[in-house]
Amino acid sequence: MDAVTLARMQFGANISFHILFPTITIALGWVLLYFKMAYARSGDSKWMDAYFFWVKIFALSFAMGVVSGITMSFQFGTNWPGYMERVGNIAGPLLAYEVLTAFFLEAVFLGIMLFGFSRVSNRVHTIATFLVAFGTTVSAFWIIALNSWMQTPTGFEMRDGVAHATDWFAIVFNPSMPYRLVHMLLASGLTVSFLIAGLSAFRWLRSDRSPGNRVALKTGVTLAAILIPVQIYAGDLHGLNTLEHQPAKVAAMEANWTTQSNVPLVLFAIPDQETRENKFEIAIPNGASLILKHDPDGIIPGLNDFVAADGTINHPPVAPVFFAFRIMVGVGLAMLAVSWFATWYLRNGQDLRPWLAWILVGMAFSGWIATLAGWYTTEIGRQPWLVTGVLTTTEAASDVAAGMIASTFIAYLVVYAGLIVAYIATLMYVSDKAAKQTPGAQSDKGYQPGFSSSPAE
Amino acid sequence: MGDLSDPTVWLPLVFAGLMGLSILIYVVLDGYDLGIGMLMIVAEDDEKDRMIASIGPFWDANETWLVLAVGLLLVAFPTAHGTILTALYLPVALMLIGLILRGVAFDFRAKVSPPRKPLWNFLFFLGSLIAALSQGFMLGMYVMGLDWTLAHVAFAALIACCLAAAYMTIGSTWLIYKMEDLLQKKAVTWAKRTLIFTAFGMGTISLATPLVSPRIFDKWFSFPEILALAPLPLGAGALFLGLVLILRKLPKDKDRHAWLPLFLTGNIFVLGFLGLAYSFYPYVVPDKLTIYEAAAAPESLTIILIGTLFVLPAILIYTAFAYYVFRGKATDLSYD
Repeated sequence: MDAVTLARMQFGANISFHILFPTITIALGWVLLYFKMAYARSGDSKWMDAYFFWVKIFALSFAMGVVSGITMSFQFGTNWPGYMERVGNIAGPLLAYEVLTAFFLEAVFLGIMLFGFSRVSNRVHTIATFLVAFGTTVSAFWIIALNSWMQTPTGFEMRDGVAHATDWFAIVFNPSMPYRLVHMLLASGLTVSFLIAGLSAFRWLRSDRSPGNRVALKTGVTLAAILIPVQIYAGDLHGLNTLEHQPAKVAAMEANWTTQSNVPLVLFAIPDQETRENKFEIAIPNGASLILKHDPDGIIPGLNDFVAADGTINHPPVAPVFFAFRIMVGVGLAMLAVSWFATWYLRNGQDLRPWLAWILVGMAFSGWIATLAGWYTTEIGRQPWLVTGVLTTTEAASDVAAGMIASTFIAYLVVYAGLIVAYIATLMYVSDKAAKQTPGAQSDKGYQPGFSSSPAE
Repeated sequence: MGDLSDPTVWLPLVFAGLMGLSILIYVVLDGYDLGIGMLMIVAEDDEKDRMIASIGPFWDANETWLVLAVGLLLVAFPTAHGTILTALYLPVALMLIGLILRGVAFDFRAKVSPPRKPLWNFLFFLGSLIAALSQGFMLGMYVMGLDWTLAHVAFAALIACCLAAAYMTIGSTWLIYKMEDLLQKKAVTWAKRTLIFTAFGMGTISLATPLVSPRIFDKWFSFPEILALAPLPLGAGALFLGLVLILRKLPKDKDRHAWLPLFLTGNIFVLGFLGLAYSFYPYVVPDKLTIYEAAAAPESLTIILIGTLFVLPAILIYTAFAYYVFRGKATDLSYD
């Protein structure tokens, strides 16, 4: 395997591992703030029960995100030195603003949020919780701005082969940025709501009937049911935006080889890039034209338009993009079905049933799968470009020996695989422990108002 | 140095200063928590919980200074970022794995079932050790001009051990400040034992730096520059002496002067850093690439600088606030 492929796999493994945890912390921060505010409003201790359980998971997820994020900041240099040389004038300030405006904010106030409950007033603690949630979201804003700029670059000019900024507003709010940001924030919300619903259902299966667990379950299921239709609509808009700015990516997503009207919606196929056709295709006539152009006669660009006269292929590899997109959409539809059904089932204070609880447990990490599949769609779909029209992935690669990349890659994989197992096992363990601590159908274990009466000392 | 009114002159200088400041803050702050991670191996189980509790609210923010330092290298000196990190590819990867292990072990050890806790305690120690050794190794290779020969690797390995010892020294002094009773006494012993290696490491780097580079040799030993440099070794010597004297007397009644070893060690780090900065300026890649050659475009640096000038004071203020909230002797960590 060549060094560029290895560098991509290593970076891809790292960023895939990393994104799992911000996807949780971005939205979970706001959910924790919601729990605190609901307690402040109602005075019902179940909200603080939910808060104190989920803040543990927040802390663990945050730590996983921080350490894998530090790795990212180094791998820009070790894996893609050509990237900063060519577009460092654009990427640099965006990354710097992320560190300055978001990282420190979340890192410093996280300490107060996690361990300062008995040391600061309730108001300061709520403000700290807000600043952590705000920080994670600001972080997402900058990193999505940079990623979107790489997809749809604007507001710059090339001088001596190096990108120079001409309009920072156009750089930050580039054409795909608003769509990608909304899509990602909603993905985070969905990931968290299914995680909350799943782990709460797991606790329910372990005979946890505490009000704190019930309110978390209800929050998770309801939030999912609200967000999923919004996400499907936002995703559709994002797709239309991609069709306008990155038609080759959409052609790969739909496995559409030739530019034509009445393009069918391919439900399943095995795209073959050698013969440039789909095998075993199952399709709905005119479907893709209807979705993308809202017209059965709509003309959709095909992949063959992105092959140069000398045979050089300038479109992404078709099969990974095609399948990743279908996995994302498939999980999204499952989310719609499960969250709406569960919301309907739990109406009027109805209790769970074991089979429904198991379904929710099964969907606990569905957000991760959809998020990863979505990122693979958009990132592989950007190839062969690293920055569309400006820099190819090959040009940005370093000349580090393949053997060195391979050995560190294996080391990272071993560490990450171990950590993922430990993370999920620990989530299960703390859920199980929480369930055991609150036995019985109606736990009356509550918090003493003014919890500072039990100081941490 | 050139004309200071020219942005291509003063902007790289300002950013080199900011990057240096971030590295210095990182080495002092993460130095003490990495040091405590390494000292875990010689502590009893109940002591481990208290040691962790003393760094719990801070470690995450401490590591953010590393992200800022690397971030500034990346954004202000992009070509140097590529060159340095490619030359140090393996130690960087090792350090990252070390930082990953210790960062997550911190949280896992508090949440896993009791039989698993010793494993995560060990991983916390191991990650801290790997990270500290890798950083020391990188420092050694940097001083040797990022040139991989057997002799240089051996030198870097020696510096790796000394930096790990230096982190343990500052970690011990943090414990002296934050702990009471037996653990505080133990920390005094740990500080004494590791201090000698810290001094040895600083001495070795001070000797090696001018010998490796004729340019630095001239900068050090020509007159009158030697007069400007003299306060650094003299000051460091005085700080070491003061540290040895105070460690003999600690702990005192009513916990007087418990903060002093931390203060002195922090200043030793500052002087060591200033010595390196003096030697290597204006180079960011030793004897190959100056900060002026490696700097990003002025318009990009300007936009970062504006943000930095607004945000950095805020960061310092709320960091100070966090240290104020968790002032005094460390107590057991709890979420409520």
